[in-house]
Amino acid sequence: MSLLRRCALACVVSLAAVAAVVAPARAQDTTVAGVRIGLVYAPGTRPGVLVLPVDGTAGDSIRAILERDFTYGDRINVITLEPSAIPQFGSGSARPNYPLFTRLGVAAILQVTPTSFGIQVTVHNAGKGVAERTKAFPLPSGTLSADWRLALHAVADEIEQWVTGVRGIAATRILYVSAGRVWQVDSDGANAIAITSSGSNAMSPVWHPKASHIAYMTMGATGQQVVIREIGGATRVLPTRSGLNMTPTFAPDGYTIVYAHGAESGTDLYATNAFGNEPARRITVGRGSDNTQPSFSPDGRRLAFTSGRSGHPEVYISDADGTNAELLTPYNFGDQSYRANPDWSPDGRLIAFEAQLAGRMQVMTIGLRDRVIKRHTSEGTNEQPSWAPDARHLVFTSNRGGTKQLWVLDVESNTVRQLTHAPAGARFGAWSPLLRAR
Amino acid sequence: MTRGTRVLALSVLALAAVSACRKKPEVTPTPSGPTPSPTCDQRCRDSIALSEKRRADSIAAANAARDAAERERALATTKATLAAPVYFEYDSDELSPDARATLDAKLPIFRANPSLRIRVAGHTDERGSDEYNLALGQRRAAAVKRYLSDQGIDGGRFEIVSFGEERPVVAESNEEAWRMNRRAEFEIIAGAESLVAPK
Repeated sequence: MSLLRRCALACVVSLAAVAAVVAPARAQDTTVAGVRIGLVYAPGTRPGVLVLPVDGTAGDSIRAILERDFTYGDRINVITLEPSAIPQFGSGSARPNYPLFTRLGVAAILQVTPTSFGIQVTVHNAGKGVAERTKAFPLPSGTLSADWRLALHAVADEIEQWVTGVRGIAATRILYVSAGRVWQVDSDGANAIAITSSGSNAMSPVWHPKASHIAYMTMGATGQQVVIREIGGATRVLPTRSGLNMTPTFAPDGYTIVYAHGAESGTDLYATNAFGNEPARRITVGRGSDNTQPSFSPDGRRLAFTSGRSGHPEVYISDADGTNAELLTPYNFGDQSYRANPDWSPDGRLIAFEAQLAGRMQVMTIGLRDRVIKRHTSEGTNEQPSWAPDARHLVFTSNRGGTKQLWVLDVESNTVRQLTHAPAGARFGAWSPLLRAR
Repeated sequence: MTRGTRVLALSVLALAAVSACRKKPEVTPTPSGPTPSPTCDQRCRDSIALSEKRRADSIAAANAARDAAERERALATTKATLAAPVYFEYDSDELSPDARATLDAKLPIFRANPSLRIRVAGHTDERGSDEYNLALGQRRAAAVKRYLSDQGIDGGRFEIVSFGEERPVVAESNEEAWRMNRRAEFEIIAGAESLVAPK
């Protein structure tokens, strides 16, 4: 009995300690510009948001896109009501029916009005019964065009920040490879377009940290090259030595590119200026092993990569210059399953990777502070995770639907949704940083 | 034997006997051979010479055809030996005794064909990371080149490339398909026209 009590006491103490550690982080999250709706986002608690019907020819599209963005963000509980069934405004008033909505679990009411140059958005605090904030957003002409959609996604992201304190990730795009071509698709699955020409035999696309360029690998009959492409502009083949040149990644500084080069004695990571002609410098010493798939920490000081130096692939982290390499993923001696494809989360706290379990790859994360490993998938083969800018969602390749397609995972709730429906299949998803509407 | 065939056999025997009797008087005491008999006139001699020549020609042609077929067969064997892939264990670039034997069989071909150049392409099965498999394929191709160089073949005669898991021989997901796909392939990039079988 006394032992139990002591345990309980210990639990309380440790919980308090955890709370003390967590508290500053949350406080940090809430210090954002703009007005708060009096809601503090907590995992597992999603404020209810109601988007009122929107007038105008594009009104239904605007409302549907905003609602879908909030749903996909996994931080807001979108509450939908039959428009005809609910009197949205009090009698003889332009004010929403606050008491009714509050009873229905609505925390914030979104009122969107078309203007001559875009939309005006008002966020009402249902609990307090006041309009908290109004802002006009310009939208480009060409309703439902790619630019218009991106601009509207950015509106959704800003509203999500008002409501939850965390900016949404709707205004992003995901690169992938289908039938050897690099494609991009909006975060909501719309607007899939091919970026490279057919027959480009591309693999492993990545974004520049400013989303101004992408880099990828092309496979020829005699070897592989790294190609850097300006968005909407020219392409350039990175001057590398002949042989295997693959898995490029831009450093957060925006100038350095790190890639894997292999010839006759293993594959090592090399760094060079992405836009210059300097000779590349080798940054791993693999001694004949394979060292590939580099991913930078957000501060650019550390590097995660896959290495076969222990006899089979495992994830390692090192300083950006390749020194102080240490094994990140633990394994048991004689274990033939392997771990690969690390992607460092934008908040620096987790590394996502793929691990072979019972012969199949599964998406995992490992905490950098506590080295706690979490498994996030189980259905089919799941691989090639890439973080969204919110450090909460991952895009990955899964064959669970019969063909390889991209899926999106919320690592906090482990809910998934299918992103692509490419006839030729899709793989090598790479999530962009937040994009600015043009 | 039916009655009919028995009758046929008898008549054949009888015919043979008759023709033997008829030929007998033509036999002369002169030695047989290319020398025409005195009873043979010029036309007769020409006809004999022609038939002799035809016979010789046909023998020569037959011999030539046989030699050509042999050469063809030897060349086909040479090409097949050269192209024979080597196979690897899962996630390994180690050359098994079988793989070494496959490579050893290629050595005389390289020695007999100094202008022969080869591209060695490393491949993997579909398991594991698509990208890491490119590096693994490269390591397999490099292991093959290293082995052949160690046996005295100039390393400059080999190019290596990796296709990872991108070009499977068997596009299935089972042990047998994986075994067939973990391989190094050999492609002639120079000296194909002058290829000869080793002596």
